Amino acid sequence: MLRWIRQQLGFDPPHQSDTRTVYIANRFPQHGHYVPQKFADNRIISSKYTIWNFVPKNLFEQFRRIANFYFLIIFLVQLMIDTPTSPVTSGLPLFFVITVTAIKQGYEDWLRHKADNEVNGAPVFVVRSGSLVQTRSKNIRVGDIVRVAKDETFPADLVLLSSDRAEGTCHITTASLDGETNLKTHIAVPETAKSQSVSRLEALQAVVECQQPEADLYRFVGRITVTEQGEEIVRPLGPENLLLRGARLKNTKEIYGVAVYTGMESKMALNYKCKSQKRSAVEKSMNTFLIIYLGILLFEAILSTILKYAWQAENKWDEPFYNQKTEQEKNSSQILKFISDFLAFLVLYNFIIPISLYVTVEMQKFLGSFFIGWDLDLYHEESDQKAQVNTSDLNEELGQVEYVFTDKTGTLTENEMQFRECSINGIKYQEINGKLVPEGMTDDFPDGSVPHLSGEEELFLKAVSLCHTVQISYDQTDSPPTTFPYANGVSAQMEYYASSPDEKALVEATKRMGVTFTGSNGESMEIKTFGKSEKYKLLHVLEFDANRRRMSVILQTPSGEKMLFTKGAESSVLPYTKSGEIEKTRLHVDEFALKGLRTLVVGCRRFSTQEYEEVDRRLHEARTALQQREDRLTEVFAFIERDLELLGATGVEDKLQEKVQETIEALRLAGIKVWVLTGDKHETAVSVSLSCGHFHRTMNILELVQQKSDNECAEQLRRLARRIKEDHVIQHGLVVDGSSLSLALREHEKLFMEVCRNCSAVLCCRMAPLQKAKVVRLLKTSPEKPITLAVGDGANDVSMIQEAHVGIGIMGKEGRQAVRNSDYAIARFKFLAKLLLVHGHFYYIRIATLVQYFFYKNVCFITPQFLYQFFCLFSQQTLYDSVYLTLYNICFTSLPILVYSLFEQLVHPHVLQSKPALYRDISKNSLLSFKTFLYWTLLGFCHAFIFFFGSYILMGEDTSLMGNGQILKANRQLMFGNWTFGTLVFTVMVITVTLKLALETHFWTWMNHFVTWGSIAFYFIFSLFYGGIIWPFLHTQDMYFVFVQLLSSGSAWFAIIIIVLTCLFPDVIKKVLYRHLQPTSTQKSQVIETYQGLSCVESLCCLSEGERGCGRLGQLVERVMGHCDPGRVSRSWSDPDPFYSNDRSVLTLSPVEATHC
Amino acid sequence: MKNQEETANRPDNTAFTQQRLPAWQPMLSAGIVIPGFVLIGVAFIGIGIALFVTSQNIQVLERDYTGVDKDSPCFKCTNSGTKNCVCTINFSLSKLFEGPVFFYYGLSNYYQNYRKYGVSRDDSQLSGDLDAFKSPADTCSPYDKDSQDRPIVPCGSIANSMFNDTFKLYQIVNGKKKEVPLDGKGIAWWTDYNIKFRNPSAVNGSFQAAFAKTVKPINWARPAYELDPKDSANNGFLNQDFLVWMRAAAFPDFRKLYRRVTEGDYAKGLPAGNYSLDITYNYPVLSFDGRKKVVFSNVSWMGGKNQFLGIAYLVIGSLCVVMSLVMLIVYAKFKFPEEDA
Repeated sequence: MLRWIRQQLGFDPPHQSDTRTVYIANRFPQHGHYVPQKFADNRIISSKYTIWNFVPKNLFEQFRRIANFYFLIIFLVQLMIDTPTSPVTSGLPLFFVITVTAIKQGYEDWLRHKADNEVNGAPVFVVRSGSLVQTRSKNIRVGDIVRVAKDETFPADLVLLSSDRAEGTCHITTASLDGETNLKTHIAVPETAKSQSVSRLEALQAVVECQQPEADLYRFVGRITVTEQGEEIVRPLGPENLLLRGARLKNTKEIYGVAVYTGMESKMALNYKCKSQKRSAVEKSMNTFLIIYLGILLFEAILSTILKYAWQAENKWDEPFYNQKTEQEKNSSQILKFISDFLAFLVLYNFIIPISLYVTVEMQKFLGSFFIGWDLDLYHEESDQKAQVNTSDLNEELGQVEYVFTDKTGTLTENEMQFRECSINGIKYQEINGKLVPEGMTDDFPDGSVPHLSGEEELFLKAVSLCHTVQISYDQTDSPPTTFPYANGVSAQMEYYASSPDEKALVEATKRMGVTFTGSNGESMEIKTFGKSEKYKLLHVLEFDANRRRMSVILQTPSGEKMLFTKGAESSVLPYTKSGEIEKTRLHVDEFALKGLRTLVVGCRRFSTQEYEEVDRRLHEARTALQQREDRLTEVFAFIERDLELLGATGVEDKLQEKVQETIEALRLAGIKVWVLTGDKHETAVSVSLSCGHFHRTMNILELVQQKSDNECAEQLRRLARRIKEDHVIQHGLVVDGSSLSLALREHEKLFMEVCRNCSAVLCCRMAPLQKAKVVRLLKTSPEKPITLAVGDGANDVSMIQEAHVGIGIMGKEGRQAVRNSDYAIARFKFLAKLLLVHGHFYYIRIATLVQYFFYKNVCFITPQFLYQFFCLFSQQTLYDSVYLTLYNICFTSLPILVYSLFEQLVHPHVLQSKPALYRDISKNSLLSFKTFLYWTLLGFCHAFIFFFGSYILMGEDTSLMGNGQILKANRQLMFGNWTFGTLVFTVMVITVTLKLALETHFWTWMNHFVTWGSIAFYFIFSLFYGGIIWPFLHTQDMYFVFVQLLSSGSAWFAIIIIVLTCLFPDVIKKVLYRHLQPTSTQKSQVIETYQGLSCVESLCCLSEGERGCGRLGQLVERVMGHCDPGRVSRSWSDPDPFYSNDRSVLTLSPVEATHC
Repeated sequence: MKNQEETANRPDNTAFTQQRLPAWQPMLSAGIVIPGFVLIGVAFIGIGIALFVTSQNIQVLERDYTGVDKDSPCFKCTNSGTKNCVCTINFSLSKLFEGPVFFYYGLSNYYQNYRKYGVSRDDSQLSGDLDAFKSPADTCSPYDKDSQDRPIVPCGSIANSMFNDTFKLYQIVNGKKKEVPLDGKGIAWWTDYNIKFRNPSAVNGSFQAAFAKTVKPINWARPAYELDPKDSANNGFLNQDFLVWMRAAAFPDFRKLYRRVTEGDYAKGLPAGNYSLDITYNYPVLSFDGRKKVVFSNVSWMGGKNQFLGIAYLVIGSLCVVMSLVMLIVYAKFKFPEEDA
């Protein structure tokens, strides 16, 4: 019982063993010792709350935030002590903030509940007691046999038992899991594949043993034991047998599978993990500022307390006759009184910590991030993809980036492969008009003649068309289900689906050249060589992995020979070759790489019968192993993939994306250093780097490659550092390769960083995914702590995307993993320029001003209260009425800043984009630097002094401001009283603080006007209303008619005007003088913008023609004539970019490159 | 035209989503600010002169009567033992003190804004709520009940410490004292008199009976219903002096309106001549270093004498003009380069 409780509470892990045993259809052995294991049910719970625990759990989560907790404490203190302000003053804003947040979170959770219910209630078919039963998804238990029909998603992680095909295969797509849209073939073990009907499944006696659930989508280790006529047959189970929850069945009528992982234990659910929280630089400074303000608060409270007691030392101040103490006060202990006084001051000044800062920042980020997704400039028409915001927490960080780490393939390039050249048996070939032509020859065959291929050529093409994992999909998906599509023969609609675009390009190329891959099922592959069909028996596939960097297939040729075909990176294949034109091929591979082509080397090996038997046996052993399967497989693979006969190499071109050069140049002008991190070969990487403008022809290129030993590496680093010092005029570029990098990072991190910092471009090639992340971390943690951004498109970039301050995913061809793990996702690399230069700039300015302004307005708010204590014997008398205290932050001053922070544009977006240097104006968190913070805080204090002492002096001895009240009745001269004074200060403050923001606003939309003037008007209307009624539920009627009395005095109006203007006057002067004497480049461009006429800039097509004098009229005409339709305009880049140079790369060897440039 | 499906994700092309809302983009550059400053400056200087001159024309006469010095007329009354001590201050006016003349008493070093003092009142009592008569609010403590546990009405420190010096002003005409009539009506806020403060409704036709079973504040000489023996309408919580006192001052040095001189021969003001002021000295202030004074003043359309407002306008106005000159120089010298140079 105790143990059960502990398990429920999560103290004891419920599973003890490393594996789980699943009895198919839950047919447990009748005899023998068996302890049933406990598995989770198939409910997916992505929601955080239930109706019952929402309130406590949400409150708990919210109060874990420091600011909320702080206000809770203040509230509790107010409840306990004899407080100067009513607990409502902090309770209501807190309640407001908490409620707003809770509503937002509750709404999000409600959506999740809805989604969960939909998923959990989906109808599924389960085989139970000999028949097919319809039930709900949540009722599936581990061990149930589930039937899934075509185009349905799998309701749990299933081990495939059988499909409607005799060989037990099925096709699925995992688009919703990892975004890969290719069809994947999954197979059932032959013993269960026969059980294609419910009745036969009923007779099936089998046990699945597999590992405990884990999150890795691509790992599954298990075995199935089938009992057939008393004989136990054991078969290995791998990822190819497992159908993941969330994947979809394709091209297959129906399948049966046994559920092994259900509900929250399915791999999809395990991948729900929330991402690690990234915090932006702004948030960090915000927290620092909060702590400083907490310091100010404590200081003020302590000072007030001490002064109070210093004052009270004299009896005449402590207890004058008119203000005697109660018995209780006289008798309470000194220490207790001291503490309670301190707390009272704390309560009095607590609003200096802006309570609504967090909630406003959150709203601003949440709402503001919509603009990224809405931006047409970030919308990619061809793929119909708009920018995607996965976290809005980092919006402003986009404006702070100092280093960009970019992947090459698929990020800088299209990842759209085109086969260009190959090398066969030491001879270079090019593809011309779909024919393989040896180098130096032209396509002199007349069209239509049957080209004949030499034996080597044919073997090479066959190897390329057989050694892959490409799938074929036919357009007529509704073809009769009984016939497997490829039996229809090659149809025109045949399309290849591959997880790697290289493979697809290669297979398509061989098809053009006459060797067509026409189909495969789990057991055989079929190709057509010039119309002649050949069927190869597929014996084994040695899948590709990133460490081996190669893949192989073992086939039985039609002639019965058993052959291995291998293809892979040259560095991982060439060392294992023993025959063929190795040297020539190596030369060719290097040449291909120099042209920026991606190279693959192809080899083969023929097995003798004995050899094959051993290979087969060892593979089987490794694949069925339950422990250390990976290690053993690697070992076996290494045993198989050796003694290769080199067939040749292929060169595939990856086209550069549009505007890559311009984008990189723009980033560089913006002061951002761009590092390219790629897994490609040194030569390929350098050549792409040159063609995309990352390296210039004028750059001095330094190399740190192929370092073998520590000392050598250090020596080279020192040499490079010296060269940089000697030659500091010229720009340097650095090339590092993976192995040298790991050496450099191991021992000489500092030296390496030194070199890197002085290089304007760095290229790292031959990088493993983790190394990419390591480089990012290295930069991130270097002494300057620069803000890093990583951009990539593939699974190999995920670690770097997660490591960097901001991770950007490119929605490319390599699946969605990068996108899912990124903070922002865009369709093309070129969008990065707008994302950073425009959106980043805006968000940063907006949020930075927001934060500073919040602190400023709260200093303005509270300092008069503090000053007032000097005039009221430190008796904690409040200056403002409780209602004003409560509403200041949540009503009177909240909306203008929110609207400002959503819409502010201090320069037109187009200017920002065409002048990337403006980005430097906000670099290094400059708007939140300590200096700026000090300026705002001091400004707040100054304003507060002016409010307070201005009102104080103008009020004189309480009578001088009050006119003879001609507005009300003639010849009266009334007195103000303390509440009127407080209201005067408050009125001046609300107006000043609102106008101060108005001074900061550069972009006045109708909304800004509405909220700015609306806020002031609301304050007046509210005050009139609040003061106009005797409120029955209030204890005191202090504010009754105070506001009207104040406004009825003419001189009070004069006082308000003069104080407000005095506050803003120095600020205006400062702004004007700075603008003229020390203009920032941002301000300069604002001027240019106005000189050229706003309307002109608004329409890009005017400017792109370089017409300076394009006037309003001209633009109007253009609009009318439809030349300038805004949709087109907003998406066009200004073509003659100022920084665009015709600087071609040094190595324009390749004709290929010339065609796309 | 692309078909709908292909561009399903295409964001809307509206001014709002593309952040192209029409907007006014003002810039604080010298070109705009200089004329603005000149305008404001001129206007302010004008207002400032008007305010300053108005303020200059206001006549103020102040007399401290605390009696700290031995030779001051009220020194004899400072001894706390003496009751209803009367002292006299003489002053003379060389020219007409234009009316209406306002007569204030002023206190210094008196903290009406002390928090415990400020809350020590019961607004429901003061609005005539008889329930509150029986049990005054806790905030009134220690002046909520007397030693025999009888409720005090009006309770609290403010009421208890009501100012109780009284003044009589005489003009010396031909060696004879001629009393100057003082108008005590309408010196409190209209809303206080008519809405916020209410006397309890009479019980059995007797106003006094409403106060039955309550005691007067400890320091008071007379109960609330007998505050003004001469004018029965000026009693209870609606006594004008009481209302004035109950509006706590914001700062420790304050004046409160006592009377106005509006009637009879003095409707036009106090003519030149000699005057004497008889003070019934009751209120102790020396224990806390306080000062008492009387102030005669007339007021203008913008209130009492306060030169500061006029000066502030003049200073800021001239600063505006000066700064616009400075900016003009700066503007001429450091004009923006047309393009980025």
